[in-house]
Amino acid sequence: MTKRHIIPIVYIIFLLLPIYWLIAMSFKTTGEILSGFSLFPQTWTFDNYRTIFTDPTWYGGYINSIIYVSINSVISVAVALPAAYAFSRYRFLGDKQLFFWLLTNRMAPAAVFALPFFQLYSAVGLFDTHLAVALAHCLFNIPLAVWILEGFMGGVPKELDETAYVDGYSFPRFFVTIFLPTVKAGVGVTAFFCFMFSWVELLLAKTLTAIAAKPIAATMTKTASSAGYELGLLAAAGTLTIIPGAIVIYFVRNYIARGFALGRV
Amino acid sequence: MAKITLSNLRHSYLPTPKAREDYALQEIDLNWDDGGAYALLGPSGCGKTTLLNIISGLLTPSEGAILFDGRDVTTLTPEQRNIAQVFQFPVIYDTMTVYDNLAFPLRNRKMPEAEVDRRVRETAEMLEVTNLLNQRASGLAPDNKQKISMGRGLVRDDVNVVMFDEPLTVIDPHLKWKLRSKLKELHQRVKATMIYVTHDQTEALTFADQVVVMQLGEIVQIGTPVELFERPQHTFVGHFIGSPGMNVIPCELRGKKILMGDTEIPIEGSFTEEAEGQMEVGVRPEFVSFANKGLPAVVRKVSDIGRHIVVECRVGDVPVRAIIEKDAPDVGQNIHLKFEKQQTRLYCDSWLVSKPSSAANRKMAS
Amino acid sequence: MKTENQKAWFFVLPVLLLVAFNALIPMMTVVNYSVQETFGNNVFFWQGLDWFQQLMRSERFHAALGRQFLFTGIILAIEIPLGVIIALAMPRKGFWVPVCLVTMALPMLIPWNVVGAMWNIFTLPDIGLLGYFMNHVLGISYNMTQSPFAAWVTIIVMDVWHWTSLVVLLSYAGLVSIPEAYYQAAKIDGASSWSVFRFIQLPKMKQVLTIAILLRFMDSFNIYTEPFVLTGGGPGNSTTLLSIDLVKIALGQFDLGPAAAMSLIYFAITLLVSWLFYTLMTRNDTR
Repeated sequence: MTKRHIIPIVYIIFLLLPIYWLIAMSFKTTGEILSGFSLFPQTWTFDNYRTIFTDPTWYGGYINSIIYVSINSVISVAVALPAAYAFSRYRFLGDKQLFFWLLTNRMAPAAVFALPFFQLYSAVGLFDTHLAVALAHCLFNIPLAVWILEGFMGGVPKELDETAYVDGYSFPRFFVTIFLPTVKAGVGVTAFFCFMFSWVELLLAKTLTAIAAKPIAATMTKTASSAGYELGLLAAAGTLTIIPGAIVIYFVRNYIARGFALGRV
Repeated sequence: MAKITLSNLRHSYLPTPKAREDYALQEIDLNWDDGGAYALLGPSGCGKTTLLNIISGLLTPSEGAILFDGRDVTTLTPEQRNIAQVFQFPVIYDTMTVYDNLAFPLRNRKMPEAEVDRRVRETAEMLEVTNLLNQRASGLAPDNKQKISMGRGLVRDDVNVVMFDEPLTVIDPHLKWKLRSKLKELHQRVKATMIYVTHDQTEALTFADQVVVMQLGEIVQIGTPVELFERPQHTFVGHFIGSPGMNVIPCELRGKKILMGDTEIPIEGSFTEEAEGQMEVGVRPEFVSFANKGLPAVVRKVSDIGRHIVVECRVGDVPVRAIIEKDAPDVGQNIHLKFEKQQTRLYCDSWLVSKPSSAANRKMAS
Repeated sequence: MKTENQKAWFFVLPVLLLVAFNALIPMMTVVNYSVQETFGNNVFFWQGLDWFQQLMRSERFHAALGRQFLFTGIILAIEIPLGVIIALAMPRKGFWVPVCLVTMALPMLIPWNVVGAMWNIFTLPDIGLLGYFMNHVLGISYNMTQSPFAAWVTIIVMDVWHWTSLVVLLSYAGLVSIPEAYYQAAKIDGASSWSVFRFIQLPKMKQVLTIAILLRFMDSFNIYTEPFVLTGGGPGNSTTLLSIDLVKIALGQFDLGPAAAMSLIYFAITLLVSWLFYTLMTRNDTR
């Protein structure tokens, strides 16, 4: 370890402090929290977690979130795969304009779309369904998925395709049995990003749901405002939302740097 | 310019090497004269790049010392050693112009700007890149990029040694020979000690006065291109140099006679008779011919490669190649092989044990 | 080289349909609202460009826009250099690399409102770790529900906490892609560590840094949830950023016309600035 490693170490400590505090809070009783400052929980309690795992409005929120996030990831990756292939291999009328237009949707402030989305999805009868949130998140996840996958596919030499065609592979067979395994790191990274951005988004998810598909994040905001200041419960719910992210990131740990560079290094 | 001495050098990438296999570089003792052109030749992974990096100072050897003109430089940095190195892939500073690229090492050494300008123009002239001086280096073709990388080494007149690490790898074949002859010409002009690392025998043999052949972290032979061709000290050198390489045929020693099956093989001069171990006869395909009697063989393959014909035969299960000018035998034909006596060597455990007769020595000397 | 193939449109079609459904219809709704006035009951009156003119003169809009630019400017000025510095100081190989990367990515995977809630808990004056430390250990009065300055510092530190890792990860990816030979050549050329950074590392990071700056600009300019949960735009209006104001107008007051006009201007600014950034930073590459 050299002197310059102090910089990342200090940074990581800075990152972990608020997370530590959240976790510490989640194990404290409401009484302890309100009675004053304590660095560690004095009396450990699992009551907060017990509440979450027994109350359907709480754990239902998790299930809802995971359902729409999964649907969104599957849709985004599935439709982005052929599109990214087209962008990385072919020239066609309006390709550059289309690519740019897709990316501009990544720039749209969610706040701009909140109300029109509410009206649109109410009109087509999807309001308060998982599908509504999953489809709405496609707005920014599909452009991102196309962008990342195009970066990874661009790194695969075109000779691979040509060799396969010479060997008599049909396009679908080539795509599934040869091409997909070659870019599987890219697919993994893309799915990770779709999961991540769908998981962390709240504004649209909250706008498009009422009861049946309400995400965990919305349950939390409601608790924060209505049920007084149940900090311990809030902290426990927050802690639990970190876990899915931590799990998926574990699977892409080896590609994470390249993944965040969107396959462009 | 300096004379380079490697003394008892050993290197391992492991922290605590024990067995011989732990060493990427076996014990090396070597002297390189000032102003010479040397090549390090060997297959990938033989330790030649390791050796190069030790000389340049990018690596510190586990054991032993490096001396420049008798001065120990083992612990000095590449900058302090005052060396130049050209890498396999052209290393250029993308954001700078060609001029700034060439001036970079001089400016880093705080040379006055007038002197920098003079030297940069001189080097550019030598490399024939004067017309590119004001271009951004990132847009150049690979061969020009590699010229700029070389230029950054040559622009300094005080370098002790210029090293090339397979510099022609990314160059198109038709430009390779051009750059290669450019290099040779540069060496004659600047008279710096140059070390050229490659796995390509043509590059090594055309560039260098002395070639160092390495295998498995060990130097197997040092010699002029002619010596490597005519008198390989090790069967590996025989295989590695020449196209196709030397025929190496297992044989038996019975008293003073060398037998292959029942046929006696005459070889050059004398050999150490008490040699024990795996005996082999080595002869280059250039010195194998067909005769009415001799070693019985079967023709397996005939390839006409233009200038000459390579005939692949089998003696028992041992392949033997011959290079002939015309009148190739048919495949499947039973023939007899004859080896030119003065060019037939004896190897024991892969190392050369035969010596030319004194008569042949005299002939060579005259 | 890519081959010309118009059939490629079939590959792109599903993407096009899905995104168009999500982007064009709502966008048309917004445009529609922006030129009309409604008094409820779905009765609309043509209003022309009045909302836009009104907005252009609105001090409230100017203030929110100003705060938005200030916020984005500050976080870019902090996160980009900080991210590059951390990436430079990180080890290039070994056991600690994946550990560092995973830990650093963690904040980005936390739902945005949880980030806000977490920082809220963290900064509570008497019971939060940071709040307690500031008030009772350092003796600096710190309460972001009362002091606009404290609120600003908190949302900036929170964003640095949340997103600097993105810059770190991108820069790091750029750095590890530099072949060892470049560093060796620089050593031999006698380059100082500043020269190595200026002429080798920075040029190689340029492409990923462009992506980093673009992403950080877009996301910080559109930020809503985290500051909303943390400060609710307060105290007063001091941290009411553009999107917070927009949601207040659209969903709180249900002033659809002004909100729609504001949305369009907002979107246009994001697009314009992103395009400017992109053009400026890739200007030299086309030559």
